[in-house]
Amino acid sequence: MVASLSPHPKGEGKGSRGIISALSRRLSPTGNTGDAIFRTALFSVALLVVLIVAGMIVALASHSTQSIRQFGFSFLTGREWDPIKGQFGALAFVYGTIVSSLIALLISVPLSLGIAIFLVEQAPRYLARPITFLVELLAAIPSVVYGLWGIFVLAPFLRVHVEPHLARWFGWVPLFQGPITGIGLLTGGVILAIMVTPIISAVVRDVLAAVPNTQREAALALGATKWETTFVVLVNGAPGITGAVILGLGRAIGETMAVTMVIGNRPQISASLFQPSYTLASVIANEFTEATADIYLSSLIELGLILFLVTFVVNAIARLMVWRVTRRTAGAM
Amino acid sequence: MTSLTALCTLVAVGILVLILSYIAMRGVSALNFRFLIDTPRPIGEGGGIGNAIVGSGMLLLLSCAVGIPVGIACGIYLSEFGGGWFVSAVRFLIDRLTGIPSIVTGVFVYAVIVLRMKHFSAFAGGIALALIMIPIVARTTEEMIKLVPHSLREGALALGAPQWRVTIGVVLPAAASGIATGAMLAIARVSGETAPLLFTAFGSRFFPRNLNEPIASLTVQIYNYAISPYDEWHAQAWAATLVLMALILSINILVRFLTRQKFR
Repeated sequence: MVASLSPHPKGEGKGSRGIISALSRRLSPTGNTGDAIFRTALFSVALLVVLIVAGMIVALASHSTQSIRQFGFSFLTGREWDPIKGQFGALAFVYGTIVSSLIALLISVPLSLGIAIFLVEQAPRYLARPITFLVELLAAIPSVVYGLWGIFVLAPFLRVHVEPHLARWFGWVPLFQGPITGIGLLTGGVILAIMVTPIISAVVRDVLAAVPNTQREAALALGATKWETTFVVLVNGAPGITGAVILGLGRAIGETMAVTMVIGNRPQISASLFQPSYTLASVIANEFTEATADIYLSSLIELGLILFLVTFVVNAIARLMVWRVTRRTAGAM
Repeated sequence: MTSLTALCTLVAVGILVLILSYIAMRGVSALNFRFLIDTPRPIGEGGGIGNAIVGSGMLLLLSCAVGIPVGIACGIYLSEFGGGWFVSAVRFLIDRLTGIPSIVTGVFVYAVIVLRMKHFSAFAGGIALALIMIPIVARTTEEMIKLVPHSLREGALALGAPQWRVTIGVVLPAAASGIATGAMLAIARVSGETAPLLFTAFGSRFFPRNLNEPIASLTVQIYNYAISPYDEWHAQAWAATLVLMALILSINILVRFLTRQKFR
């Protein structure tokens, strides 16, 4: 009887799929054209997004060819950044980016782990929910606002209350020598730490929450204390936690405004954390509109290309690591 | 040891309270009605952020007009057209789009639009912001559509509706409130963006007249005033920050309130 509904003999004998599609064709004659249009429209939008990402690589690469041709690999190893002489080497920016990001991770990783453990393993629900929201609000504060606060509150605070003490007690390490201004790598690192903490702690929270309860119960049943149990949970989620840290790193590398406002913007490589420095992102923000010479602009766009590629790879690795943990444990539950 | 983790949490929340209360304190003292409607003036003559508020509003409208439909369409595509390598590839690239530093988005828009048009414009700024919105809207749309029970789709299909009508007429309305909150969060996120606007929308000292010229925005205004050497402009930067934070915080709290009602 169903087969008789089908206008096309092809639909017969092809199982229920053929029958249903034949039915829907019969029952709503406009349906398939509509579906085809709908499908194509959505597909082209999705394709557009793919093309945008591809277009980003192509546009950034094609606009930086001049600088790539002229400097080649020495662009990354050259220490001199001199727009007047037309000499462009990005080593100082790479250094500033790496060091400020490392300071940020050094501070924010223990902090984020503490927050995540507190919220997932220890805090009662009525406390965990509002606190989670408050920590997430830290991520909602715009970069430029962090920068403003950094200039007028954090930098003076570090200059008066933190850096002199670091210099007094750890002054024998080159990291903490030199004049104290409050504007420099350390301040940039601290402000980055505040900015990536909500991101790292949110992902660690998801990872810890995805660790199956059987792990906790097994540890407790073996006589483990609460802290030993937490340790088991941490070990279980270790790859995901690493992923969260790498995700924070990717974020710190690309962060622009706040760092630009407190890091001092001087292209130099200095061992001291009190000294001004410069990052890849902040040199683009600062000098892009001033770049009049083609080679200058091309060099700045090449910095953008480097940032794009580095964050792309770093984030892809991080997501993969987080996904492997949350997927595995989700399957086990 | 529990006190140690509690301390970590306290530090984070404490910093939030410190920042917000400082903004409120410095902001309120410089804020008045004239400041909200006036344009910037030279040092010593007061001036305000009226043009920046209007500019930010127009940039947000532009980015929503592009970003929200494209984001929702991507989200529908990702959730309703299931597996397949292309869908996975789109999902992967959209996730990567989230992680791209916003300054790079600005450089991209500069290279593609500003260089070609040969001048900064509100249009370019709106596109830059839209590029940041798309992945956020797309992923929330996908998640929200996945929450719609299958029985709803089957019911509609059984009534003879073609797939496009099922998706637009049944699935989307069921997921609408979730999608709306996702869009609101995306708006909150881009309204704080500065880096992608520096060399796309650029900035302006006047009220915007059309979308084809440079346009002021709150965030760029805050940045320019913050790095200026004048105390008066610093005070104005704090006041502008208070306005911006009021917008962003109220969106975040509203979203929180809405989702709380829904998932309880």
